[in-house]
Formats: sequence, structure tokens, C-alpha cells
Amino acid sequence: MALLQEFWAYFSENRGAVVGLFFFVCIVLIAVFADFLAPHASNVQYREAFLQPPFWQDGGSLRFPLGTDAVGRDVLSRLIYGSRYSLFIGCIVVSISLFAGIFLGLCAGFFRGRVDTAIMRIMDVVLAFPSLLLALVLVALLGPSLMNAMIAIAIVQQPHYVRLTRAAVIGEMTKDYVTAARVIGVKQLRLMFVTILPNCMAPLIVQAALSFSTAILDAAALGFLGLGAQPPTPEWGTMLAEAREFILRAWWVVTFPGLAILLTVLAINLMGDGLRDALDPKLKRS
Amino acid sequence: MITFLLRKLGVLIPTFFGVTLVAFIFIRLLPGDPVLLMAGERGMSEERHTALMKEYGFDRPVWEQYLSYIGDLAQGDLGKSIITKKPVTKEFFTLFPATIELSLCAIIIAVFIGLPAGMIAATRRGSVFDHTVMAGALTGYSMPIFWWGLLLIIFFSGILGWTPVSGRISLLYYFEPVTGFMLIDSLMSGQEGAFSSALSHLILPAIVLGTIPLAVIARQTRSAMLEVLGEDYVRTAKAKGLGPGRVIGLHALRNAMIPVITVIGLQVGVLFAGAILTETIFSWPGIGKWMVDSISRRDYPSVQGGLLLIAAVVMMVNLVVDLLYGLINPQIRHTE
Repeated sequence: MALLQEFWAYFSENRGAVVGLFFFVCIVLIAVFADFLAPHASNVQYREAFLQPPFWQDGGSLRFPLGTDAVGRDVLSRLIYGSRYSLFIGCIVVSISLFAGIFLGLCAGFFRGRVDTAIMRIMDVVLAFPSLLLALVLVALLGPSLMNAMIAIAIVQQPHYVRLTRAAVIGEMTKDYVTAARVIGVKQLRLMFVTILPNCMAPLIVQAALSFSTAILDAAALGFLGLGAQPPTPEWGTMLAEAREFILRAWWVVTFPGLAILLTVLAINLMGDGLRDALDPKLKRS
Repeated sequence: MITFLLRKLGVLIPTFFGVTLVAFIFIRLLPGDPVLLMAGERGMSEERHTALMKEYGFDRPVWEQYLSYIGDLAQGDLGKSIITKKPVTKEFFTLFPATIELSLCAIIIAVFIGLPAGMIAATRRGSVFDHTVMAGALTGYSMPIFWWGLLLIIFFSGILGWTPVSGRISLLYYFEPVTGFMLIDSLMSGQEGAFSSALSHLILPAIVLGTIPLAVIARQTRSAMLEVLGEDYVRTAKAKGLGPGRVIGLHALRNAMIPVITVIGLQVGVLFAGAILTETIFSWPGIGKWMVDSISRRDYPSVQGGLLLIAAVVMMVNLVVDLLYGLINPQIRHTE
């Protein structure tokens, strides 16, 4: 509890981080209560209202506050439902890459030697490709779908976790408490996961927060290129791809989905900066 | 310095072979008959299939196939595109200058705005300017650049009508490419208006592609500068009575530049990833758009070759950056 209080004291010093957290909580609430908040269902087409502008423009109405798209679907409702996809993508990608990355990094840092070399060389290969390019090719391999896009992004992101975990584990291995645990005969697995790992978590949490936003951005980019979530899924990147041909005729179908992506990513990045300030011992004033 | 170079190469060479392995395996993991995928023909007869199987070497053991792939690679042969039937390497190097031109302009924009912005923000820490720069940098860093490109098109092409929407130069101009860089070629062609047409086509994509590097450079410069400004030698320089211009320009800036240069070098991978999106939005005929098109056309030999060549370029540039960095900062040479 005292730890949590200390964490909050550092975290709340960064005003941007608090704003980011507030905004992020709002997005989570919107995603959870989408069924109550959205004025329309995400895929219902209103034949009488194709490309209707937002309510404050001529021809707009409060029935569709942010206008409708080319097949008469309510943009606001699709954005609200879209928040579910973005958060879902972030959670899945971060969990896959975090767990795989921690496991590999822990093995590399703990066993060193050949295991270490093998794991790190493979990670070097993954990092040699520009991330989005590798994700694109992986999706081409697996077939375009939201699930495959998430797997591809997770594969591309996990080397960062491996490197961070390995570096932290190597740092901890020489400390006295690890030697002490070894001396009293703690089993290897317990030593790895229970003794060492919890002390390596701080940089990983920060990385997880920051890669949550990268995951959302990359998934939207893949959706935009037609290789992520497929229409009519109300995923924000996919919505942008569908709206592209109308950019000079209907600015709202292009502007709002992108704004949603930007604000979500911005909120998470603000929060990540605050987390780093609060958790990174190097920056902490003693 | 030699040992430093050798150590870097010692890591790089196995990594490169790993990359070739990834490119090699890629085409074999695709669902479907690899012969059909490579040849891109439909309704193939049994004999033709067997003949092609032999031609591509799919009838031999996998390790032999890999060795002959490496052998071809050493001779610069990466296979032929299914669609255009031209060698993949030729396609790549025809389009590559367009991507380099775009990336160079993007990084120039990023450095020329990002560096001074970060510096001024650091020297006026806590000021309105500082907060604005940092808020702008965080926004740029969080920007979905494909959307940013569309917004700029709406505003500058749609509403103001200042810039064209796509391509590298207006169809009114034609000249044989000499350097492959449109800005230089258009100047050399001597045709009136060609240069300004090329420039107006380039400016929006370059801004879009430069956005994320700009944000990263501004943030990095600011934090590096803040760190250096707190050092003892800066205090000494101030105490000696040197003017702020000399203290910041001479003593602080040089040392703050070291991490900043690394960050600029690291942007190469980011630029390639960004080029995929930027080129797609602006129909810019470069490597990024070519990769996306190849994927959607199922032109797998091109995807395979492009993947390998792009990774090779990124690795080369990173090596050069590492070496330069080692040259500037001896500490790096002597640590693991």
C-alpha cells in the first residue's frame, strides 16, 4: 500500500500523465458501455442518409452527430464500437509479446552461454527488418485478418522485451540476494520466476505501456493498408481505408477515425511518460 | 577501432544470414504450391509443372535449395517478378532513388526543425515555448502518419489547391532519369517549371514522413541538452564569463550531439516503415509502395527480394552509424 502511495506521488507530479490516465479511463469506459452509449448499431445502414455531414454543418442533423459514411452508417457509433477493437488489440499484442519476451529474455539472461547467443541472434534478425514491413509480410503469409495482424505485431515487438528482460536479469544475477537464494538451495525455476523476475519488472511495465500505443498504431496502419481487420469491422484504421476515396468530398469520414487513433495513442504515451518517471529508479530523486 | 569494426561485423554477418534464411523460408511457408506461387501461371499442365519444379529447384533437398539461393544472391540474382517478368534487383534499384530522395528530404526537415526546437526548449526550460515544443513533439510522436497525410491532402490540395495529390512530377514534363533524384534531374533537364513541379510534389510526403523523426529528434535534443547544461564544465564556462551563445553553441551543443546523432541514425528503420505508408498515400513510386503493391498482387518473388534488400540496407546504414558513433565517442569502442 505504501508502495502504491509512493508510486502515485511520483506519477501525479507529472500533470500530463494524470490527464492521459483520465482520458484512457474514459476510453475504457466508452468501450465497456458501448452498447449503451452508441446511438446506433455499428453496421446498420441508413439508406436515406449517405455521407451526411456532422450536425453543425448544413444538411447535418443530431440524429447522426458526427455524420454518416458512404453507405449510411453512423460515424459516431462506429467510433464508439471501434474503441473496443483498439483496446482489445493493445491488450492482446502486449500480453503475447510481454509473456514471450519475458520468458526468452529470462532464459537468455539466466543461462547465458549458447542459449543466450541463440536467442539474441534470432532477436537481432527480427530487429533487422523495419517493424511495419515485417508485420506486413507476416500478414501476407498468414492471410489478412485482425487476429493475424495482432500476431504479426506481437512477433515484431517482442525482441524489445527480450532485450530489456535480459539486461535487467544480468544486472540482478550478481546481487547478493540471488547468491543467498542459490546458497540456501532455491530451485532453478523458482529462482528465475519468483526471486529474480519481480525485480526486473519496472522497465518492462514502462515498455508495455509504450508498446500498447505502438500496437494500436501499427494495427491501424495494417487495417489502413487492407491487411488488418476487414470491413465492415469498425476498426479505426479500417474505417480510414474505407473513407480514403471520399477525402475531398466528405472530410468527416476521414478526420474523426484518425482523431480517435491520435487521442488514444497520445493518452497512452502521456501515461507511459508518467510511468517512466515514477518507476525508473535512475530518474527517481532519493 | 579495427577490433570494434570486427566485433560489429561478427554480429552483423550471422544476422545477415539469418535474414536470408527468413526471406528463403518465407516463400516456402506460404500456403499453396510454391511452383504456382513463383510462376504465377494458371491452368498449368503436368509437364510444365514438372519442368518448372526443376527450374526453380523445388525437387532438390531444402539445404541444397538454400545453398543455391545464397549462390544466386551472391551474383545479385533475386529472381524475377511474376507481374513484370523483370529481375527483382532491377525493379528495386529503379525505384530505390525515389525512396531515398523522399527519406533524405524528410530527415532534413526533421533535423532542421527538430534540433533548434529541442535546443531552445532546453535553454528556456519551463517556458511557454518549451511546453509548446514538448506537447507538439508528443503529438507528432503519437501521430498515425497515414491519417496525417490524408489531412494535409485535404487542406493543402483540397481546400487551398497548393500542392498536387500524388506522383513525383507533373505529366507535362518528361526527361530521362539520370540520377534518379527528381529534384536534380528536373534541374538538369533545363525545362522551365520542372523543378518547382517536382518540389511541390515532394513537399507534403516529406513533411508526413519527417513528422515522427522530427518529434523524436526534438525530444532527444532537449533531454540531451538539459543533461549537458547541468554538467560542471558548463558551469565553469559560465563562471569564466563566456556569453550564453558560446556556452551553448560551443561547450554544450557538441556534447549533446552525441546521443542525438545516434537517434538520427536509428531513424532509418523508422523511415522505411513510414515510407510504406507515406508512399501509399501519395502514390509515390518508391520501394514502400512497391512492397505493398507486390503483396496485394501476390508477386511473391518481389516481396521476398524486397524484404531481403531493405533489411540489408537498414543493416548497412546502422553499421555506418555505429562506426561513426565509435569514431566520435571512444567510450563506445571499448565497452560491450
